[in-house]
Amino acid sequence: MRRRLRERLSSAWWAALAAVGLPHERWNGFSSGLRRAVKALLWVGVFLILVALFGVWKTSALAVAAVILLLVAPRWSHASIRGRRVGTWVAPLAVIALAASYPYYVNHMPEVPVFGPFPQLSTLVVMTIFTMMALGLNFVVGYAGLLDLGYVAFYAMGAYMAGWFASSQFAKQNVNLGAVGLYPGATGFHFSIWLVLPMAGIATAVVGILIGLPTLRLRGDYLAIVTLGFGEILPQIARNGDHLFGTGFNLTNGTGGITPIDGPGFGNWLDQHLHLPANFLTAGNLDSVFLWTGLALVLITVFCSARLRDSRIGRAWIAIREDETAAAAMGVPLMRTKTWAYATGAFFGGVAGAYYASYKSGAFPDDFFFQISVFILCMVILGGMGNIWGVIFGACFLTYLDREGLSNIGTQFNNQFGTHLDVPKYEFGIFGIIIVVVMLFRPEGLIPSSRRAAELHEAAHDEPLYDHEVAGA
Amino acid sequence: MPFLAALLILGLVFLLAKNIQHEGFSYFATISFIGLTNGSVYALVALGYTLVYGILELINFAHGDVFMLGGMISGTMIVSQNAFGLTVGASTASLVPALLGSLAVAMLACGLINVSIEFVAYRPLRRAPRLAPLITAIGMSFILQDVAIGFFDVNYKAIPNVLPRGNVFSIHGITYTWEKFIVVLVTFPVLFALMWLVLRTKQGKAMRATAQDRDAAAMMGINVNRTISFTFMIAGALAGAAGLLYALYFGQVRYDTGFQLGLIAFTAAVLGGIGNLPGAVLGAMSIGFIQAYNEGLTWHMPGSDWTQSIVFSILILILVFRPEGLLGERTPEGG
Repeated sequence: MRRRLRERLSSAWWAALAAVGLPHERWNGFSSGLRRAVKALLWVGVFLILVALFGVWKTSALAVAAVILLLVAPRWSHASIRGRRVGTWVAPLAVIALAASYPYYVNHMPEVPVFGPFPQLSTLVVMTIFTMMALGLNFVVGYAGLLDLGYVAFYAMGAYMAGWFASSQFAKQNVNLGAVGLYPGATGFHFSIWLVLPMAGIATAVVGILIGLPTLRLRGDYLAIVTLGFGEILPQIARNGDHLFGTGFNLTNGTGGITPIDGPGFGNWLDQHLHLPANFLTAGNLDSVFLWTGLALVLITVFCSARLRDSRIGRAWIAIREDETAAAAMGVPLMRTKTWAYATGAFFGGVAGAYYASYKSGAFPDDFFFQISVFILCMVILGGMGNIWGVIFGACFLTYLDREGLSNIGTQFNNQFGTHLDVPKYEFGIFGIIIVVVMLFRPEGLIPSSRRAAELHEAAHDEPLYDHEVAGA
Repeated sequence: MPFLAALLILGLVFLLAKNIQHEGFSYFATISFIGLTNGSVYALVALGYTLVYGILELINFAHGDVFMLGGMISGTMIVSQNAFGLTVGASTASLVPALLGSLAVAMLACGLINVSIEFVAYRPLRRAPRLAPLITAIGMSFILQDVAIGFFDVNYKAIPNVLPRGNVFSIHGITYTWEKFIVVLVTFPVLFALMWLVLRTKQGKAMRATAQDRDAAAMMGINVNRTISFTFMIAGALAGAAGLLYALYFGQVRYDTGFQLGLIAFTAAVLGGIGNLPGAVLGAMSIGFIQAYNEGLTWHMPGSDWTQSIVFSILILILVFRPEGLLGERTPEGG
């Protein structure tokens, strides 16, 4: 089915080229830059036609077209200065600059056809958090090829770490390590966010190792179910944690959750010397500060992702993903390598969870929803397992859909066609459709890593013994 | 290991004995009947997991949601004025045809849903890496939940107590009520029919052959695709029957009912030894009893807050220490 569709598309492409006077041979004779440019122009044309069809013609459309042109057309990524490949930095730097300056231009942006207004600043903050989580899950699913259906457990663990160490949950204690914005006489553990984030990461990494040690010996699908089991046990502990084992000890404050959690901040000294905000909550431009901090955390995560991928352990992960038996025969210690993948993934999940908890100022048992695990998995699958760009794109796009996109699109759809569909209600069904469609037609994701794509299509090459296309009909 | 297992069993027996002493035997027996009823429903769903896993080595994640749709469909049929329109305390004369009719419709509908899921989401991926169909199964599960939301909305769908609540018998304070008995009364014939189908018919033989070696079965002239579709049909039909019983016995179904119960039933299938039909029933009964005792007995029992955790702990322990389950055979890839 998949192959037939692809053949049909490619023959249509060649026919279209021949129709405008470019037969196969002449096209192949072009330089690769020219071919890319023609293709890019074609894409821009398609985009413009779409814009025209929807009857909206605005500067934003031109801007987006220009960005697309910039991304696909020239081979600027090969530009070099004195032998150094500076070109590879253009795209990342452009994206970082666009994201970091977002607070300054978001209010001046016009509406985009179909999608409606640009996402709000708070959505962008959540995007950075989910990008971190998706990149964390990418260590486990994308690099090591282990399906983890309980990733939300790490995220919620991180949130509860923030709850324990940056709130008044344990009222009998009175420890203050650099927390900002406390009211006088506040009891409980109050650690600075910059301590809580690594603490949460390390604690969840330890939990990841504890979960991983007994279970990582299991084969892929069993592992998925066991992680799912852990993902269901931990929320129950969180829900029942206000009366654990008949003792009066209140660990998690039950269904109410732990709230409020201290806001992050750099403190007065850094404020005076480096002009870093002393307290995010009183900073005035709260969402911007959270966005920039989130971006910094994402950059650290991306850096670790890229460096670890190319390191010794990263190559071992990918070897395990491709063929476990062969990797073991080559001397890769399976258990230790898998456990490291788990711990690394858990670490970033925990950091993201703690940061999210301090952003929304609370840790709740509902954070453990299985749906969130699938939501993050969907980001990794949609974007492209194992590819950092892909995962970032998947995380941003799905977070946007989740927080604003679906309701915007739904409203526009209803206005256009006079229906009364409550589109956000079907959110997870839509994600389900995305998962199924991507797995069936493009299992390597929208922005694939070439290596993963080759792997996933490998299986299609060996001829089946019986023809299921015929027999199934 | 055997020592530890023996110690564990001794501890559980002691806990039960103390509870019987604490509560009295008649109460304990009543609780056991609840366990038997729960176990029957779980068995029907667990068999679906085991059948599909046996033949495709695929955890059909969407199976629980097929069960939920079965509950929704049959619940609607039982109460809707356009179908059977039963109300509380319906007479036997109206109850029996309504039960049989909605059972047939639910089984057929769920069977067809399951077959279409296989056709759309699993068949194209049969030669793909084994995680691919599992991921599409999760996607299908969410799609089915949204189908339920679309037709029946997000709230609990309440089904009135149409089953009779009288006693089948009541000896020395041990009472067994009709609504529990009817669940067992429907479950066991279905189970025996399934056993007969798999062990005694030609189609069953084809199923077992395909489960053992798909390519060899194809070379022996078995239509592998049709056999797999048939297996999904049977699994879906069992889920439909379970859905009807659940809707009638528990009286409420919601779009996410299937997810929770599906996980419990999957645990039951793993506990018994996945791929093993009597194992699934044994595992389901065990889980049913464990749940009933945990929720019903009071002497140092964790209580219903912890049922899920107990079930999943069993799942994890079984997968880690005895992945072949109670009745399964040890396979080279089992661990």
